[in-house]
Amino acid sequence: MPNLKDLKNRIESVKSTRKITKAMQMVAAAKLRRAQDAAEASRPYTERFNAVMAGLAASVGGSDSAPKLLSGTGKDDVHLLVVMTAERGLCGGFNSNIAKLARTHANTLAANGKTVKILTVGKKGRDQLKRDWASAFVGHVDLSEIKRVGYADAQGIAKDVLARFDAEEFDVATIFYSQFENVVSQIPTATQIIPASFDKAESDGATTLYDYEPDEEAILADLLPRGVATQIFSALLENGASEQGARMSAMDNATRNAGDMIDKLTIEYNRSRQAVITNELIEIISGAEAL
Amino acid sequence: MADTMQFDLVSPERRLASFEVSAVQIPGADGDMTAMPSHAPVITTLRPGVLMAEGPKGTEEYVVTGGFAEMGITGLSVLAERAVPKGDMTQDILDSMMDEAQAAYSATKEANGPVDAAAKLLADMVAMGTAIGLSPKQPSL
Repeated sequence: MPNLKDLKNRIESVKSTRKITKAMQMVAAAKLRRAQDAAEASRPYTERFNAVMAGLAASVGGSDSAPKLLSGTGKDDVHLLVVMTAERGLCGGFNSNIAKLARTHANTLAANGKTVKILTVGKKGRDQLKRDWASAFVGHVDLSEIKRVGYADAQGIAKDVLARFDAEEFDVATIFYSQFENVVSQIPTATQIIPASFDKAESDGATTLYDYEPDEEAILADLLPRGVATQIFSALLENGASEQGARMSAMDNATRNAGDMIDKLTIEYNRSRQAVITNELIEIISGAEAL
Repeated sequence: MADTMQFDLVSPERRLASFEVSAVQIPGADGDMTAMPSHAPVITTLRPGVLMAEGPKGTEEYVVTGGFAEMGITGLSVLAERAVPKGDMTQDILDSMMDEAQAAYSATKEANGPVDAAAKLLADMVAMGTAIGLSPKQPSL
């Protein structure tokens, strides 16, 4: 039986762990609100953008002169996976889920004889993919210094991706991130960004006949690279909200578990204490009887 | 005929403006244009410049760089890559915009690519800077 001193120390240590997890949960909750607001604020832009692009893509997409970003290179031999994860851990299965999805995807592609290249955003995903796919890494974007993700960060990543595309380093690009559903569920998602595909069902404006200034193709050539940045930006924001949501529920669980553990340890502590008292009493009584 | 139309100015990070306007002057890539209610549907890309919206509280001015404007049946949406209310525009912001444009120009030039677009962007930036009363750095072309 562990002695009383040990038990007491143990309880103290679990208590301070609980304090930390509780604090982390509250910090995550506050950050989550901000992340959600940011995601919310970017939505009008993304929605309008996609609606316009869908209309444009529908009218230009069929022609031979369509930009490569829209029509693709005509091959799909080399795939670039942009895996976006958090810079920090302690957020439940958030990072692992994204990494797992990317790994499955990469394995499927490799099994079909495609070449896989991986660009990682966020340290945690890189660490997890290192074991199997280190040879496929082509780059890494570090966001650990950035407190609040801005559009400029997304543009930076987009620029990197587009430069690789122009250099014909890959044919198809897919981003991996976590879609924020609610605090307890974040859905790891894969979205193809190059060649671009736009949800045509959403475009209610497609029925309107627009005049284009300059012409459609020039606009499309100007907007497609922006589209990549926009998609990466909204993925980064979703990821930010998901990370905080995941951390919040993970820390909530941890706090509850710590509470349960403290209860159990306290009961054990009290039992041991009583046993010691009982023992002492027995010793005194039997000592008195012996006289 | 309607006197006003809905006007939205959004950047990727936030919605800057959303109100009823009677006219909006847009710095289009092919030249300035003024959109009024019941304008024919048109989509145009933007060049760096000043956008003027005549709203209920007088004329509001915004500095925009890149992006596009969509004139639909219901109103006008401007999707700007960067948009700053003119009053908040400072020399620092202009300088950082200029630096970016200059960097893009230099990069294109080094790669021996077509520099026309980048040079025009720079020139537009200078014109915009002068128009809002700041002193843009002279670009090195």
